[in-house]
Amino acid sequence: MPRTLSSRTPSSRRTTHRLAADAGLLAVAAAFVLPLAWVILSSLDTNANLQVKLPDGVTLDNFDAVLTPDITFTPLLNSLLLCGGGTALTVACAALAAYPLSRFRSRLNRPFLLTVLFATSLPITAIMVPVYALFVRVNLIDTMQGTIFFFAASQLPFAIWLMKNFMDGVPKELEEAAWTDGASSLQSLLRVVLPLMGPGVAVVTVFSFVMMWGNFFVPFMLLLTPDQMPAAVSINEFFGNRGTVVYGQLAAFSIIYSTPVILLYVLVSRRLGGGFALGGAVKG
Amino acid sequence: MTRARSLNHAPTRSLNRSLNHAPTRSLSRALPVTPAVVLLLLFLAGPIAYCAYIAFTDLQLTGQAEDSFVGFDNFRTAFGDEAFLNAVWLTLVFTVVSALLGQNTLGLALAALMQRASKPVRTLVGGIVITAWVLPEVVAGFLLYAFFRREGTLNAILGWLGLPTQNWLFTLPILAVSFANVWRGTAFSMLVYSAALNEIPKEITEAAEVDGAGGWRRMWHITLPMIRRSIGTNLMLITLQTLSVFGLIWVMTRGGPGGKSQTLPLFMYEEAFQKSMIGYGTAVALLLLVVGSLFSVVYLRLLRTEV
Repeated sequence: MPRTLSSRTPSSRRTTHRLAADAGLLAVAAAFVLPLAWVILSSLDTNANLQVKLPDGVTLDNFDAVLTPDITFTPLLNSLLLCGGGTALTVACAALAAYPLSRFRSRLNRPFLLTVLFATSLPITAIMVPVYALFVRVNLIDTMQGTIFFFAASQLPFAIWLMKNFMDGVPKELEEAAWTDGASSLQSLLRVVLPLMGPGVAVVTVFSFVMMWGNFFVPFMLLLTPDQMPAAVSINEFFGNRGTVVYGQLAAFSIIYSTPVILLYVLVSRRLGGGFALGGAVKG
Repeated sequence: MTRARSLNHAPTRSLNRSLNHAPTRSLSRALPVTPAVVLLLLFLAGPIAYCAYIAFTDLQLTGQAEDSFVGFDNFRTAFGDEAFLNAVWLTLVFTVVSALLGQNTLGLALAALMQRASKPVRTLVGGIVITAWVLPEVVAGFLLYAFFRREGTLNAILGWLGLPTQNWLFTLPILAVSFANVWRGTAFSMLVYSAALNEIPKEITEAAEVDGAGGWRRMWHITLPMIRRSIGTNLMLITLQTLSVFGLIWVMTRGGPGGKSQTLPLFMYEEAFQKSMIGYGTAVALLLLVVGSLFSVVYLRLLRTEV
């Protein structure tokens, strides 16, 4: 008798707990999903306003209207140039920098890593005003390359930190074999270490790209010519110059602009399990 | 693992170094770090140093041939400036409400509930919360602008429930942007806490359950003490992230109406560009940077065993 009692109670209690947890989570999710539902429904609605409502008739007119060089293609191409360039620079520099930090012992490793970690958490927003002033002085203001350099520098500390942690996971023995065969450090980094930490490199790449793609303040400050504006800034136009806001089109553009980063996130997080971005940073 | 291995190797390697031509070797080893260091020095350390310099000048955007050194004047002005003190206060409210209370608590609650929930619910809810996090800052700003506007979704729901509606972005802008930041940022805390909770051995919580500790007591006396390092790290990081939020607030309210949602980054921007007081704006930036550095140092202390 006591046995059946003790074996039944916990399991039925567990079911109750699960149902309660499910209910709680769904309630929070309902609140979270409303703004997302708005953007999806409005993008399909010709008479979209600011409320979540079912469209009168599903239409792709809004997408049609914003898919022009002026509104969508040029800003997205600019975003791609800026973030692609910034990411390539970040990943290349981070991989190179992480290699000696992970492979060789030096008295400088620890101070360097601590500095990097310290820089990781600095509020970059705060330095945008001096960066602007500095860029004006050295004639880098309103240039793509200047913005790319700054993007790369602002993302580098975290990228180095992540990259080093991933690199630490690659066993050194494999590389020592390459060294015995006469490979230089650079060769063993390119041919042995980086291929073995493919997922790690993918994480750093995607993370850097996503951070830059979504960043508003940096291009907002450093770029002035409308033709050079990335989507993060050009989206403002919907409010600024066009008089009445066509919410359906704004929603359609928001979706087009957001899709790449969401897809990238899904791609990488599936491969590595959720929370990839936190990799080494918050092991706490 | 790695650490242990490199320790084992240490003696041989230092022997190598003394035998081989050490200087060339360490130089070639330091070489790969150079591009990163150059970038960091030119585009991060440089601006920070420049920031520390122009904060003490009266540099303006236009109409002034030369800037001159004004010492602590900018800081003195700041602490006598009501708009600045207002921005400090609003930054404090924004950080406490959205990061410490909102993101942190909700993130922990979601992570804890997910431990018990069924898999489909967990996946669905995780997906929604993380989508809000991955969205570009400006898009998130628009979505919540639409949500909080007078004719927006929130008021529609309140009206439907028979509750009083109001123009949230006008009457309580700082709360509206704080909630927006909770919406956008909670995923981060949720992920940190999910990872931390997964690392707690099942036996410990089960033993407590057998001893008759209820859910709240287990949370308070066992779970929270065991994840306290994650709590510290998370609080540090979300505070720093929240201190530098600009785009979200800019899109929703532009800091208005009448400065009622103007946190320090927006105040800095307005002083530097709309009022052309680069020197003054930078002084504010420097203060923000100093506060950020303090948090950053605490964060390093928390992580100290990791490096």
